[in-house]
Amino acid sequence: MQVLFARHQVRVYRFVLRLVGNQASAEDLISEVFLDVWRQADRFEGRSAVSTWLLAIARFKALSSMRRKPDEELDEETAGAIADTADDPEVAVQKKDKGEILRKCLQQLSSEHREVIDLVYYHEKSVEEVAEIVGIPEATVKTRMFYARKRLSELLKAAGIDRGWP
Amino acid sequence: MMKTNENNAPDNLEALLPWHAAGTLNRRDADVVERALAQDAELARHFAMVREEMTETILLNEALGAPSARVMENLFKAIDKERKGARNEATSGLGAWLVELFSPRVLAFSASAAAIVILLQAGVITKLVMQDQGAIGSYETASAPTSTTRGIEVGSFALVRFAAQANVADLTRFLDSRGVTIVDGPRPGGPGGMYRVRIARTYLSPDELDRAVKEFQAAGSNLVSFAAPTE
Repeated sequence: MQVLFARHQVRVYRFVLRLVGNQASAEDLISEVFLDVWRQADRFEGRSAVSTWLLAIARFKALSSMRRKPDEELDEETAGAIADTADDPEVAVQKKDKGEILRKCLQQLSSEHREVIDLVYYHEKSVEEVAEIVGIPEATVKTRMFYARKRLSELLKAAGIDRGWP
Repeated sequence: MMKTNENNAPDNLEALLPWHAAGTLNRRDADVVERALAQDAELARHFAMVREEMTETILLNEALGAPSARVMENLFKAIDKERKGARNEATSGLGAWLVELFSPRVLAFSASAAAIVILLQAGVITKLVMQDQGAIGSYETASAPTSTTRGIEVGSFALVRFAAQANVADLTRFLDSRGVTIVDGPRPGGPGGMYRVRIARTYLSPDELDRAVKEFQAAGSNLVSFAAPTE
């Protein structure tokens, strides 16, 4: 368990944090995730990568936790978590590099779009694995990623960076 | 303009670009995308955008930090508590065996016993861990030089993630040919294993390092899925 925990705790934490937007909640949730894994270790059938299994459990717990909270509280927490010291995109474009603006725009995506982008780019999940974690068809995974990227381009354009698409 | 079909859905090749950048396509699809990229300048431009997005997504996630020590404390307290409750009932099956094996109380009996249990845990859990690492052919070789090079901090460095489809022989050859050495990694929590590599044996200015990293990634585009300058 220590090996498994040591290897996966950081990325599961980051995945949950990006979903719930609150560090304390994310820490509580990953404790629950690994406790569930410990309880269900004999049920793991090896049909998917362990990290995929962990992320699917983490996602379920994160979404359940978010459903239990009033919307106002959730929105406030999420906003607090993504707020940083950077200027808004319009101002930032004048003095920040493109990378910083891109990161700012990534944080402005909807939870659904952030999730698919994180799973593909950061957690290196294949189309099939994203479908398994999120619980949607593979074709929908590709379409969701496409629209997440499209929305990102729109945010970039509003921030002064026109990538020529869409 | 990114290609879409008449239903405004993404063209299949376009749609695959993010997974190609992350190195998570199967060999057949990766080859198809590679060929298309070589022939279609507009598609290649979109691929460059995708790689930019991936780089910033990685940097954004890496900046989120790590959970505090209380997570591990709480977890093993909870496990110990459940184990005590289940002790009388857990008499058979793998679940019961794992209950015993993972118990902090077992670990506390003595240093030598703990060492044996940890080894056993590693063995039991190997199936799980290796499943996750199975797609990463570079894991063993890439981490191997760490012990021989760690501590030599002279030079210029980059943070690198190798493509899932990279094989050991190609990776070794590529790194040798560039005179690049892995000095640390895989970083705990880094997805698929993040490695710190020495790009040059001398100090490079930020601009020089940026160029060297880009050149390194371009030269090994089929082996390196992510590269960024680091200290």
